[in-house]
Amino acid sequence: MEDLKKFLVEKVLTFESDTLLPETEKKLQQIRREKISTPVIYLASGTGSIIAGSEKTFLAIRSYLDDNGTVSDLVRVGCSGPANFEPFLCIQLPGKNKLFFRNITEEKVEPLLNGIFHNDINEEDLAGQKGTRGFEMWPGIPFLEELPFFSRQKRVVLENCGCYDPENIDEYIARGGFRAFVKAIRHYTFEEVCTIVEKSGLRGRSGGGYPAGLKWKQALNTGSSSRYLICNAKESDPGAFTDRTILESDPHRLVEGIAIASYAIGASSALIFLRYGSEHARFRIQKAIDNAREYGLLGHNIFQSGYNLDIEIRIEPGAFVCGEETALISSLEGKRGMPKLKPPYPTTAGLFGKPTVINNVETLMNVPLIMQNGPEWYRSLGTEKSPGTKVFAITGKCRITGVVEVEMGTEIKTILEDIADGIKEGKEFKAIQLGGASGSFITSDNLDITIDYEVMKEKNISMGAGGFVVVDENTCMVDLVRYYMEFMRHGSCGKCIPCREGTGRMLEILEGVIRKPSNDDSGTTLERFKGVMQLENIASVMKDTSLCGLGQTAPNPFISALKNFREEFEEHIFDRKCRANICRGLRTFSIDVDKCTGCTACASKCPVNAIYGTRLQPFFIVVEKCTGCGICFDICKFSAITVK
Amino acid sequence: MSTDIESIFKKYKQGRREYLIPLLQEIQNDLGYLSEEAIVRVGSFVGLSTTKIYGLATFYDQFRFVPSGKVQIKICHGTSCFLNGSQSVTDKIKEETGIIPGQTTRDGIFSYEIVTCMGGCNNGPLISINGEYHTGVKAEQLPDLIRKLRFIIEND
Amino acid sequence: MLITIQVNNKKLKAEKGDTILSALYSNGIVIPTLCRMKDFTPAGACRMCVVEVEGHDRLVTACSQPVEEWMKIWTHSPRVINARKTIVELLLSNHPDDCLYCDRNLNCELQRLSEELNVREKRIRGKKIKSRLDQSSPAIVRELSKCILCGRCVRICEEIITSTSLDFINKGMQTHVGTALDRDFNFSSCIHCGQCVLVCPTGALHEKHNITEVQEYLNKSAITKIIQYSPIVPAGLAEALGVKYNKEFDKIVNAVLRKIGFDKVFTTGTGTDICIKELSDRLSERIKNREESPLIISACPAWVKYAEQFLPSLIPQLSTLKSPQQITGVLIKTLVAGQAGLKPEQIFSVSVTPCMAMKFEARREGMTRKGISDVDSVLTVRELARLIKLYGIDVANIGYEPADEPMEGRSSSAALAEVSGGMTEGIIRSLYFMKVNKDADKQVFKKLRSGNSFREAVIKIGETEVKTAIVDGLTGLDKLKSSLASGIKYDLVEVMTCPGGCVRGAGMPFLKSGDEIKNRIKVVLQADETEAVNLPCKSPVLLNLYEKYLTSAKEISDRKIFYTHFEKRNVLL
Repeated sequence: MEDLKKFLVEKVLTFESDTLLPETEKKLQQIRREKISTPVIYLASGTGSIIAGSEKTFLAIRSYLDDNGTVSDLVRVGCSGPANFEPFLCIQLPGKNKLFFRNITEEKVEPLLNGIFHNDINEEDLAGQKGTRGFEMWPGIPFLEELPFFSRQKRVVLENCGCYDPENIDEYIARGGFRAFVKAIRHYTFEEVCTIVEKSGLRGRSGGGYPAGLKWKQALNTGSSSRYLICNAKESDPGAFTDRTILESDPHRLVEGIAIASYAIGASSALIFLRYGSEHARFRIQKAIDNAREYGLLGHNIFQSGYNLDIEIRIEPGAFVCGEETALISSLEGKRGMPKLKPPYPTTAGLFGKPTVINNVETLMNVPLIMQNGPEWYRSLGTEKSPGTKVFAITGKCRITGVVEVEMGTEIKTILEDIADGIKEGKEFKAIQLGGASGSFITSDNLDITIDYEVMKEKNISMGAGGFVVVDENTCMVDLVRYYMEFMRHGSCGKCIPCREGTGRMLEILEGVIRKPSNDDSGTTLERFKGVMQLENIASVMKDTSLCGLGQTAPNPFISALKNFREEFEEHIFDRKCRANICRGLRTFSIDVDKCTGCTACASKCPVNAIYGTRLQPFFIVVEKCTGCGICFDICKFSAITVK
Repeated sequence: MSTDIESIFKKYKQGRREYLIPLLQEIQNDLGYLSEEAIVRVGSFVGLSTTKIYGLATFYDQFRFVPSGKVQIKICHGTSCFLNGSQSVTDKIKEETGIIPGQTTRDGIFSYEIVTCMGGCNNGPLISINGEYHTGVKAEQLPDLIRKLRFIIEND
Repeated sequence: MLITIQVNNKKLKAEKGDTILSALYSNGIVIPTLCRMKDFTPAGACRMCVVEVEGHDRLVTACSQPVEEWMKIWTHSPRVINARKTIVELLLSNHPDDCLYCDRNLNCELQRLSEELNVREKRIRGKKIKSRLDQSSPAIVRELSKCILCGRCVRICEEIITSTSLDFINKGMQTHVGTALDRDFNFSSCIHCGQCVLVCPTGALHEKHNITEVQEYLNKSAITKIIQYSPIVPAGLAEALGVKYNKEFDKIVNAVLRKIGFDKVFTTGTGTDICIKELSDRLSERIKNREESPLIISACPAWVKYAEQFLPSLIPQLSTLKSPQQITGVLIKTLVAGQAGLKPEQIFSVSVTPCMAMKFEARREGMTRKGISDVDSVLTVRELARLIKLYGIDVANIGYEPADEPMEGRSSSAALAEVSGGMTEGIIRSLYFMKVNKDADKQVFKKLRSGNSFREAVIKIGETEVKTAIVDGLTGLDKLKSSLASGIKYDLVEVMTCPGGCVRGAGMPFLKSGDEIKNRIKVVLQADETEAVNLPCKSPVLLNLYEKYLTSAKEISDRKIFYTHFEKRNVLL
């Protein structure tokens, strides 16, 4: 181990020339497993995989190998494929292309491995083979790269995810990792690094799209004895899991990105603000930092460059508002996470009053690549105003979900239809929600919008941090807006009046809209109408006057849904109907007397005893008592219950 | 209890406000919650009034002020799980246990919290019971599940 | 450096680096604010001061945005007015609708804003967050349902009073202002100074009322009603009633109080004189005995509670002499009772103060004698103004009357004592006069009168040097603590909780224009300049009291009744 570390430090990291010695390259090839003599099994091991059962799969593979005395490497890797494929398994036999298998839960391990080691591929769970030059092709097996899910992506930030063991720094260094960092601290000044990143046109990926290099320069140019870099790995947007996937699959590159960014702004202290509850991610990023320290990449006078850096992890204790820069800083200072007035901006006076730069995980992941390949290379990707790529977390009612990366300039239609493979179960597409709880909806009218900061700003759609939620005809837009508003109300810090009172009142009004109509007396009905008329006004005042981004963007889902689905809102408010049959209060269930056999299954399960009848005679539902829960609908074997 | 907090204090520099949250997090990891005594002692360690510590701790969702139950349930309220019906799961758990997030049932058995996106978006609605994941949970399964868990704890 | 800006299409001048709000104020344009406090950094919490600025997508808060050259600002565009109105309506949707029963009816900032913004309809309705009533403090009442979460009380308690007894608890709509572990006031480290009440824009924090109690007793004919008021009260009352103050106003106050129904009217100033005399005697002894530790004046009850909680090591140095209110009170219950042939239980003794902590002090266990409180009820100046209006007394058309003997007059030092540094000055001047037999030069005391929150002065009396320290507002305590820790020896230390002294007490009328404090201080200083009797030892009232009355009554001749005790308090710090 020590020898390997010494080798990597001397012959790779601190090697003066850009091209490595041939013997070094050979050894690195070995570490990268490009030439293997024994089979290797790669098993995806992110949180999504674990939830799907990958740890049980791991144990099953381990015991299979031990029991059968089969010699084979078993490596845990990060996430690379669709979430539907988890647990995602890859087997590489010496000299042959990698084979990928999907949904390998523990009971499938034995038949699969039996087959593989006896040259009998189980076609059922096969996802495809990955073509690599110099390796033998498997005849008759489709290529993984040809699946639209992979072919339409441009995996640049995510290129290492799923390819190596994220708990092993050697493999990362063997892939060229950390060389850009060492080169930067030895041969470039702070200013030069900022200029390189500025030239590349990298824009902040947390939604704002502010040029990263420019932000760094602002902090660098503020005279101060110390500066801080904070990596915002909080990601508490509901439905976003890109940062977590990156942390679990390629933590070393993030460490490198943070290190380069810290150097660029002249900070000797970097903090990672990590989400509460992601234990797995925390374990891996902490290990990456510890390993980097062991290899001399962090600490004092790193590789005799005169630069000191250390990275610390802080777990955010649970407040959505702490995603906002000044609130994040307040939290790190040991105060309530309430945003502060801007100006002064964090780049002038941030953490402890010192210049601070806060960057998103995805932004920082781009940095080592830009340093390695040059700003022109980065500019060659994407569009003119928005170079590079964007990572999305696709989730919802589409056939394929997961973390994907596309080049800027890709049409949303491509992501929906090619990558996510359209709506599942043959339902009709309704909308895509971009940007999580602060985002807006994209309907079938504007699926041709391209992923580009300027284009989307023009159409008043927020890019967000990477949430991409697909909804179909069975989703109630009013309920979805209510869900987002509840999330924002819970996350509001309570400092400023428009957000604190506004989110609460809007939520109450929306809940009133979906409440059961027969409980209303005329007073409450009038109140409901008055409230509804105020929704738009409250929303626009919140947008206009709130202190921070949370309050300013909380009404976005509502405003966007109202614009695109006004009819649905009006149906809820005036006709008291929910066309997606989701809003319980507005559902009416009735029993078809021709189909009902009187089996009493529904009546016994009804939580409010709203179903009456005599055995073997048709039953009926008392509408006034019904809460619309739908249990009877689900349980009836004779499809005798209809919902309106 | 006092020795536990003392050993945690030894790891931090006294009087430094920026270590307040990691300190409270460690105490909660150890104790399971923030007791009143802990809050008062943290206040004097960091050099701030108890009011400030309490105000800080109540701001954040992570901190509890009553011991958590023997069965800790986490319900995912990410968008995907929501679209698949996690709201009804939450309502059912609320009904069956009779408590809201942050509280513990009187017999000390159950406590639950709502989290956003646990990462199993393809397998929702998702809940985790003492760290173990349960996928594709339906509201109807919950009364039996809760009854079973209560039985296991009571007869342990 | 002056720059040009455009406001509502008119060109105006502004100072570079100013905020939009101060630039507008200096040009005479007023826009509504709610969370703003003078001399504090802007919080940006209420969003009321938003204005429209060209080039900014959203509305911008005037309290925080600095002006720039050629900035175009619209202060009352339809968009801005709608925003302000909606914000007030959002506040009102979570506010009780009982203005008519509220303490701040007609004097509430929220009421004024809704009137200004023409709120005439309940457009936004919703559930009102449950209310909590905390009446555990003898001085302050908390009504959380009326709190608009402006944060002023939290900031004042932290930044000015430094006891940090209040903070926000929970977040979002569940936020409320509370004490440690969300207990009531009596468990917390609150020192009852009441400065939070002065800054609260609504009726969420107000004083505990004793008016009803006083009214009840006024109706009891079998009880003798006696009242005392401190020297600054007449000036405060004139402010509250909106009449012009003159030097003889206290004689009007005497007449008013008798008209209300009080049988005897005394001035607390006599008590202050006794206080100054006793303290100067005590100081003289300490200097003679070359005692090491300083004598710390304990006339401020909020400071005493602060010391008992946070600085128990200083308790031995606190002078155990009661405050002027309590001294006057105990004399009423002993001397005056004896003179009138009454039992103490037959007397209802009221005190009018500029202070709210005095309500707490009157309830202290050490302020009773044989189970009877020295002072039964304490009224603030605001409450007295209400009482006067309630009884329909026409202050403009009432005669001049003297106060009752034996406590009818005071020296000007007693008035001076209500300004920070004043009591120390009175004590030193007394000491000087007693030693050297002439008045000290006023210039010597200049250092004690104005300046920072911590002031030191060394005054020569004959051959001795008397070292004094003044803590003006509890923010100066840090400097005192470090001075004491570094070994500096003081002879006399005075601590006042309210910055500036009792003239800024929480019992005085609410500040409207900001000039009120200056005027009150002027009244005090003028009294000191012009009045003939400038020291207690020259006051015939005091001399009379000591020579005739205090020596005769056996049970009080040892003056033990003037003393109390203090001890460490166990509260949630």
